[in-house]
Amino acid sequence: MLEVTNLSVSVGRKLILQNLSYIFEQNKTYVLMGPNGSGKSTFAQTIMGHPQYEIDTYSRIFFNKENITSYPVEKRATSGIFLSLQTPLSLGGITVFQLLRVVLKGKKDALSLKREIMKLAKRLNISQEVLNRSLNQGASGGEKKKMEVLQAGILKPKLAIFDEVDTGVDIDALKTISSYLRHFKKNKTIIFITHNSRILDYIQPDKVLILKNGLIIKDGDADLLSFIEKKGFDKL
Amino acid sequence: MQDNNHQFDSEVKYGFSMPEKHVYRAKKGLNISVVKSISKLKREPLWMLEKRQKAYQYFLSKSMPNWGADLSLLDFDDITYFIRSTDKQVSSWEDLPSEIKMTYDRIGVPDAEKNFLSGVSAQYESEVVYESIQKELKKKGVIFCDMDTGLKMYPDIVRNYFGTLIPHTDNKFAALNTAVWSGGSFVYVPKGVRVELPLQAYFRMNAERFGQFERTLIIADEGSYVHYIEGCTAPIYTTSSLHSAVVEVFVKKGARVRYTTVQNWSKNVFNLVTKRAQTDENAIMEWVDCNLGSQATMKYPSVYLKGEHSKGEVLSIAFAGKNQHQDAGAKMIHFAPHTSSRIISKSISKEGGRTSYRGLIQILKGAHDTHSYVSCDALLLDEKSRSDTYPTMRTKEQEVEVQHEATVEKIGEEKLFYLQSRGINKYDAEGLLVNGFIDPIAKEIPLEYSIELNRLINLEMSGSIG
Repeated sequence: MLEVTNLSVSVGRKLILQNLSYIFEQNKTYVLMGPNGSGKSTFAQTIMGHPQYEIDTYSRIFFNKENITSYPVEKRATSGIFLSLQTPLSLGGITVFQLLRVVLKGKKDALSLKREIMKLAKRLNISQEVLNRSLNQGASGGEKKKMEVLQAGILKPKLAIFDEVDTGVDIDALKTISSYLRHFKKNKTIIFITHNSRILDYIQPDKVLILKNGLIIKDGDADLLSFIEKKGFDKL
Repeated sequence: MQDNNHQFDSEVKYGFSMPEKHVYRAKKGLNISVVKSISKLKREPLWMLEKRQKAYQYFLSKSMPNWGADLSLLDFDDITYFIRSTDKQVSSWEDLPSEIKMTYDRIGVPDAEKNFLSGVSAQYESEVVYESIQKELKKKGVIFCDMDTGLKMYPDIVRNYFGTLIPHTDNKFAALNTAVWSGGSFVYVPKGVRVELPLQAYFRMNAERFGQFERTLIIADEGSYVHYIEGCTAPIYTTSSLHSAVVEVFVKKGARVRYTTVQNWSKNVFNLVTKRAQTDENAIMEWVDCNLGSQATMKYPSVYLKGEHSKGEVLSIAFAGKNQHQDAGAKMIHFAPHTSSRIISKSISKEGGRTSYRGLIQILKGAHDTHSYVSCDALLLDEKSRSDTYPTMRTKEQEVEVQHEATVEKIGEEKLFYLQSRGINKYDAEGLLVNGFIDPIAKEIPLEYSIELNRLINLEMSGSIG
């Protein structure tokens, strides 16, 4: 589904991911964990094609067998990759409806898009007021993450990466988000990047990956989580 | 050479050049006999002729402004000061000469405008609508006609107000306009009358409506309300390179006037306009001013707050692309106590374009307990573009509250990445961000115009033109 080979990524002169290779299988849910600065967000942003990251010439990213290494950001998105940002930006004067309308121009008429957004917002417990506001402007942590999830829900990607969708979110919001994502992850490849295993009480991952110093140092099943909870990353 | 490029660009951009059909066309260049013959052709009263002549003398005596936009390429001798393309005014789309119709077809007049003019709407023909609006206005005693007709039919009112708020001595271009004006609107709203539908310049179709030297006079009598829209979001193609209008608005006690402009001049034009309103007690004046296109624009709508508790507001948007300079702003002069003013300015610069905010807040002696708020935000789309702010504040009173906020923002890589990561290409993403940026002002414009504005900005952003 998603395959990275010899992925080395640097910002400026600093090497962040080192020769990372991994195959993410279709319709499986992954958890990517690791200490601060291990390269988790860099990995997510590199898959999405953020221009800030420099990729080594040997590195390859394949998505559904297609080499997307040099694809621009929007082409990756239209191929079916979605990234939910760790800190979603606020966009003055743009509502989530306006944003999605531009994305789905010619694919979905405005009225049914509106209906779909309303329905999903209700499910995610997003108020009408927040929905009509400029995206993420003056929004709480929970509201911002819900808006990311809402966009994922409307765009229906094949691969969705959630970068710390559980950070800055209160317990009620976390419950709402995870109960939706439990349903959402069906027939999709999902990568959760997270610092703590709270969200994993709600969502069972197929695989757990540990990233440290830009390398996947360990992968295993959900049992790996309880090991880390007890011993931390240092013991790995 | 650069100038030739501009000319060339605009030809290519709009892809047309229609043969001109005209009944009378003055020779290029300006002299006293041109001024006299304009007045004579219009069969104007003597006082207007004298005003024109005086203004012309003043125009000659004044040097060019040495601030604001670069006007060195403006050649007064290369301009035709008076063209009458049809000898009588027409009242419907059908009556327009076919060249003009075709021209507007090609550049795409806003749909609302075209539907109206061509009588697309099934039940009504344009003329029926036009006449029913006129009938409705007449019933209420509202006068809405072009300035030439205004002068003919209501010489006393015109004489009482014309040039009293913006005398020809105000500035060189006000003098020029006074000397050679043609067209523009004359509006009078009687006491206590609310005009519910906005008065739109296109309701009074005439060949001179996009005149280069329009003169507009609006008088809103006590307790009345009117919204005047001077809108043409289609690129206003003109072979002449100067647009110099004068607009005077009188807002009487307790009245409210909103004046909305959405203009997109072709990129060879110098757009040098003087707009001023005067508010009496408890009156409200609002300017909503959207400037796109042109080579250089200098425009600072102002409100003279003469009556106690009156309010003035300017909302403005300026967009400067390659080789363009939008020098826009606002002036608020507080003459009376308890007056308040608000200026919200948003400017966008792209591909080396330049925007300047130039504003004046003046609080005169005796204007205590006044309040003024200025906010100007500039958005730069690239490193080459430029934005400056020139705020001036003069106050002779202690009990006043003046706030000024200014921000300069660049379209950041992160915001673009965010939008692109949703599947939006770079141009659309920039367009979305720009439209988001101007949203607080776009909201104030009637829907059909804000949609057009939105479309126009996307067009400018896509780089497919210019």
